[in-house]
Amino acid sequence: MDLIDFPPPPAQDVEALRAEVRAFLAEELATRRPQDRARSWSGFDADFSRKVGARGWIGMTWPKRYGGHERSALERYVVLEEMLAAGAPVAAHWFADRQSGPLLLKVGSEEQRRTLLPRMAAGECCFCIGMSEPDSGSDLAAVRTRAVPVEGGFVVNGTKLWTTYAHHAHFMILFCRTGGAEERHGGTSQFLVDLKTPGITIRPIADLAGEHHFNEVVFEDAFLPSSALLGQLGDGWNQVVGELAFERSGPERFLSSFTLLVELVRALGPNPSEQAAVAAGRLTAHLLVLRRLSRSVAGMLQNGENPALQAALVKDLGAIFEQEIPDIARQLVDAEPSQRSTRDFSAVLAHTILNVPSFSLRGGTREILRGIIARGLGLR
Amino acid sequence: MSDTSQILVDTATRLFEETFTPRQLALAETGRWLGTEWQAVEDMGLPLALVPEEAGGFGLPVEEALNLIRLAGAFAVPLPLAETMLANRILASAGLELPGGPVTLAPVRADDRPTLERRDGGWLLSGTAQRVPWGRAAAIMVLAEHDGRTLVALVPAGQAEVTPDINLAYEPRDTLRFETVLPAERVAPSPGVAAADLRRLGAALRCLAMAGALGRILEMTTAYANERSQFGRPIGKFQAIQQHLAVLAGQAAAARAAGDIAAEAVAQGASALPIAAAKVRCGEAAGIAAAIAHQVHGAMGFTHEHSLHFLTKRLWSWRDEFGGEGEWSRLIGREVAQAGADGLWPLVTAA
Ligand SMILES: Cc1cc2nc3c(=O)[nH]c(=O)nc-3n(C[C@H](O)[C@H](O)[C@H](O)COP(=O)(O)OP(=O)(O)OC[C@H]3O[C@@H](n4cnc5c(N)ncnc54)[C@H](O)[C@@H]3O)c2cc1C
Repeated sequence: MDLIDFPPPPAQDVEALRAEVRAFLAEELATRRPQDRARSWSGFDADFSRKVGARGWIGMTWPKRYGGHERSALERYVVLEEMLAAGAPVAAHWFADRQSGPLLLKVGSEEQRRTLLPRMAAGECCFCIGMSEPDSGSDLAAVRTRAVPVEGGFVVNGTKLWTTYAHHAHFMILFCRTGGAEERHGGTSQFLVDLKTPGITIRPIADLAGEHHFNEVVFEDAFLPSSALLGQLGDGWNQVVGELAFERSGPERFLSSFTLLVELVRALGPNPSEQAAVAAGRLTAHLLVLRRLSRSVAGMLQNGENPALQAALVKDLGAIFEQEIPDIARQLVDAEPSQRSTRDFSAVLAHTILNVPSFSLRGGTREILRGIIARGLGLR
Repeated sequence: MSDTSQILVDTATRLFEETFTPRQLALAETGRWLGTEWQAVEDMGLPLALVPEEAGGFGLPVEEALNLIRLAGAFAVPLPLAETMLANRILASAGLELPGGPVTLAPVRADDRPTLERRDGGWLLSGTAQRVPWGRAAAIMVLAEHDGRTLVALVPAGQAEVTPDINLAYEPRDTLRFETVLPAERVAPSPGVAAADLRRLGAALRCLAMAGALGRILEMTTAYANERSQFGRPIGKFQAIQQHLAVLAGQAAAARAAGDIAAEAVAQGASALPIAAAKVRCGEAAGIAAAIAHQVHGAMGFTHEHSLHFLTKRLWSWRDEFGGEGEWSRLIGREVAQAGADGLWPLVTAA
């Protein structure tokens, strides 16, 4: 069955690059505490992102004329996974590198590419994703935010929800309605929204741990110039579906709890009990296989294939893995979770427990992914 | 894949499909040795697929030759093809003459240690090997100790005392007692394969077979969900069934990738960590996937008449052969603990 056939990742010697990234991270993150590393790709640090950009590690696969580096998907993968494994604060450039940049390359105008891609690659331009709304989560085609054509552009009204780091971002890729509601897929478009535009209000939403990363973004008669239209008018649905393939396949889909696994191994020490060795070994086995699957998807992307189904499979398996790590860790180490603990294991465990519910929601819920897989199997 | 490999896979697929019908599989369960079927497999040269060209094999890349084992797993081939392929490879590397016909391997369990002593210009092989696949029906490639060295010995079929036993799928898993003198030309120094390596190689073979069986189970279960109707529509239209099948697909995909990891590890000298990880992952996938397959097949899949059980019984057996998840997880866990917290990631990327 093609769906479960994951070709071997492309063979390329990337060890020199890996060593370079490791050395960079060892220096930059020398004082970063485990509980901060545990934030994984939610950690935000604009200075750090600029340094990564200066190294040439953002937009690695993009053409040089847009500030990219024309390196392979596998090289990019090495940089990503090393960053995540080290718990580097990558959020300031993550969305641009992962999806907004590739989207611009695919459907953006020449002007949009020339002005924005080099800034993204330098780690100086932060993006956020404006898809979800109060009444449109899994059912993305139900968005109600609307852009109405006016002289010289569009006027936007509506509310976007859960927009991660909108409060730090320079731009949002907005997915909204431009045609009739009855058209569903056909009447949608994407826009490149400068978040300084008048008529946009960004309000924080605290997550269950009291932390602020996502937001509500309200558009009230916000005027966007015609040049803000991204891709074709009315082609928003196809564009957004293509974007999701980039969003689902990467190593961030199974490494979100990796810091806890590291702290678990530290807490268990060199001579773990029988039970602990079995549990840690099993998790490591899962990690090896997930990494293989995910690198295979990176290879398919590099070959210009569309591995949307395979990406859904990897994300579903990855979320199960990320979510079971805290449950296993807490049974092996005698420690209660506490965000304030001075004991690394307890603090990292606390952070992870408080965040795992989101792992099977963000980027497409578990049920939606499984629906996509079922369609791939020919059941729907 | 090379052209030769592709042709081999295509012809083997056709042969397996035509030959290993539910009737033949049921016949094999009665303990009957499928001699004609074995001959067809042997005529195609499959037992030599892992043998280097200079020793009379095809000289295929190892990963490609191992595709055959995945294929045999998918069709529940009730013959020691995997064992023969591996045994022939080791025999050929040791410079021993290949016996032709089915060959199995021993010891397959960690606690069995047959020994060799010089006797009458030849060698006396003694000791016990438990749960040897098809021990009663095949020649046996034995790794035995002599003076702290590992030697390879070839025992012709019928020269060991056999206590028959089976696995859940009624595949022979026999206890063999050796007390036999072998001529000098049947024994040679091991080409770098020790008993522990054999267990690892065997685990890799079972990974590939499980990956094949899981892919086939996914196909069968998806097809069944589309055929079987209840409440006026195919059960595959119910979201609960769709979600089950998506999970099954995920497990099959993971096993497939794990099988590939194992195959590459065999090609590159059979290092422990990747094979251990593959066996752990395939074993876990086997249990989850078999449970879903049976749930979706309803009572029909619980009958002997339906052929699902030929695969699920093998999965439930193979996951414990050559070491179950516990044994291999423990090995990885100990290695991880030795590498330490900061060595974990380097260990993962180097595996
Ligand atoms: C930490 C975090 C960050 C996020 N960041 C962003 C962001 O930056 N930008 C953005 O646009 N969005 C973001 N999201 C939103 C995310 O994309 C949505 O949460 C997700 O799409 C699900 O939508 P929902 O939360 O409204 O749940 P709902 O769609 O209401 O779903 C609730 C439950 O019902 C199930 N369900 C829904 N429909 C079906 C169906 N057809 N069949 C079976 N079950 C169904 C779901 O699987 C889920 O279990 C973020 C979410 C989180 C948690």
